[in-house]
Amino acid sequence: MEAVTVIEGVAVPFRRSNVDTDQIIPATFLRRVTKSGYEDALFYAWRQEPDFILNDPVYANPSILVAGPDFGTGSSREHAVWALRDYGFRAVLSSRFGDIFRGNAGKQGLLVAQLTEDDIQSIWAALEAQPGMSITVDLQEREVRVGDTRYSFEIDDYTRWRLLEGLDDVGLTLRDEARITEFESRREKWRPTTLPAR
Amino acid sequence: MTQQQPRTLAQKIWDDHLVVKGEDGAPDLIYIDLHLIHEVTSPQAFDGLRLAGRPVRRPDLTIATEDHNTPTIDIDKPIKDPTSRTQVETLRKNAQEFGIRLHSLGDIEQGIVHVVGPQLGLTMPGITVVCGDSHTSTHGAFGAMAFGIGTSEVEHVLATQTLPLKPFKTMAINVEGTLRPGVTAKDIILAVIAKIGTGGGQGYVLEYRGSAIRSLSMEGRMTICNMSIEAGARAGLVAPDETTFEYLRGRPHAPQGEDWDAAMAYWKTLRTDDDAVFDAEVFIDADRLEPFVTWGTNPGQGVSLSESVPDPAQIEDPNERAAAQRALEYMALEPGTPMKEIRVDTVFMGSCTNSRLDDLRAFASIIKGKKKADGVRVMVVPGSARVRIEAEAEGIDKIVEEFGGEWRFAGCSMCLGMNEDQMAPGERSASTSNRNFEGRQGKGARTHLVSPLVAAATAIRGTLSSPWDLEADAGSPELVQEGVR
Repeated sequence: MEAVTVIEGVAVPFRRSNVDTDQIIPATFLRRVTKSGYEDALFYAWRQEPDFILNDPVYANPSILVAGPDFGTGSSREHAVWALRDYGFRAVLSSRFGDIFRGNAGKQGLLVAQLTEDDIQSIWAALEAQPGMSITVDLQEREVRVGDTRYSFEIDDYTRWRLLEGLDDVGLTLRDEARITEFESRREKWRPTTLPAR
Repeated sequence: MTQQQPRTLAQKIWDDHLVVKGEDGAPDLIYIDLHLIHEVTSPQAFDGLRLAGRPVRRPDLTIATEDHNTPTIDIDKPIKDPTSRTQVETLRKNAQEFGIRLHSLGDIEQGIVHVVGPQLGLTMPGITVVCGDSHTSTHGAFGAMAFGIGTSEVEHVLATQTLPLKPFKTMAINVEGTLRPGVTAKDIILAVIAKIGTGGGQGYVLEYRGSAIRSLSMEGRMTICNMSIEAGARAGLVAPDETTFEYLRGRPHAPQGEDWDAAMAYWKTLRTDDDAVFDAEVFIDADRLEPFVTWGTNPGQGVSLSESVPDPAQIEDPNERAAAQRALEYMALEPGTPMKEIRVDTVFMGSCTNSRLDDLRAFASIIKGKKKADGVRVMVVPGSARVRIEAEAEGIDKIVEEFGGEWRFAGCSMCLGMNEDQMAPGERSASTSNRNFEGRQGKGARTHLVSPLVAAATAIRGTLSSPWDLEADAGSPELVQEGVR
């Protein structure tokens, strides 16, 4: 995974709450077996509406999505993260995120920053006053900078560290392989096994 | 943490799967007892293993089935859509290459992954279960810690049989009282979600407790735990009891002999200690519940069927108000319209929420000997090939066909509209599934979430209805009793 430190770019004031992962990427795009090339699928249904914000040329090359509460709820599809990433987004700001989406984003280098509802409203106002403006999301400092205004955001220490270092989870876990093997040696016989099939 | 401290059920299961205790803010490393796989969220995970040259650590704790993207008609013919065919074939190739047990289309154990695990007796109390599907919470009905994961985590579990996780907070959902005839598990969970909201459970495991939960069948408990994710919670739990043990006894993968005795000794300890403290508690009065139905585009936007479409102007929270306005526009509904006046085009009976034999029996008991309303399409999709065969042995297929409905093969089908089972733009459904999101059942399709009993009554009357309305129509209260559990 590529390390994440400071993200600077065009931010989109995305005034919608409860954006579930079915909206981020509809199920028909989940038939593919690849892990990239999902930019065409992002918000597919909404992009058919001419006045949808991402159809505004001002937001042709966005980097940061500033969304309403409960972003990424619903289905566990990691495709939602891939679609945002492939479209060019590197950070999503919201006051509340779906748990699975948040986890998936952290594994794929998409920075998910939690701000207060008031701060999101304030950033929306600033972005709408100056459409297409660039803002900065600084993971090192845990802050969003919009012009001269600074907003702190929450992200758990472990995810922040992994993002800053660009570390791969499987590699980290396998450092503890001996302890996994030891745990397995104590596993009770009644616990399920799928093989041999019964 | 010492063993003497009172603990919740969730904490007990967590402690018993702790491989490495996280320090300095690092997550715990948790062992996974059972990993369920399907064709949609696994191909990129297997690719990751291949790229890194890693094997599957425990094929014997892993099982795969085809469900999300498989057809529910003509299953003996090649899958028409080439992209879908490739996806299913990719799962078959990966299962063969990595030595994973797979139940393919046509196999008696094929079906929705959350129907198959319990049916085989693989899902049992006190284990950890994961799957690349958010409705993995279903398995919590057995007192298992079960939650959905993304594809990166699927790869992680395949490679290590563990997951790095921060402990969840715990929330008690207390449902006391007795459900009235015609009110079911589905109505309980829809009412819970309407009460706490789609984000109310974020970061929590929900433990469902109380007399109304205890009196539910395993199928009813699965329906409830299934939709925990719709309240934002990754997992739901019901403490195991005699109902659980009775369901498990004799299933193919249930422990046998001495193993069963050892398991039972442990399983009986799997309850929240009396003086344990939950991080949050919610109370629901089962006596007062009515058949429930959603009006909007998230599962928290629901009301009792006897109520009307709400007026967004009455909603205080600006985000919720905007969401309600947008939802009513999408759903083409006017505030104040009685829910019972809403006419549907489609009734979908299926999904991992409500497609087990018990659900099909409830649906069939209402429609038996009747004809569906004109112009309504009725699609019945059993949860697994085995459920389908068992239902046919009881004549449920004939009841559905004589009613005018379609009797399909097993799969996720119209719940998510990934295969060709989709609604046309603007069509409206009463659906026993779990999500009423925009476009979920087809682009522009409008979904009302309901119980199997409400689905059946709606299919008869053509408008959103419950068995209570059928009773009123017939002037006889006996009609619905047999369909109620």
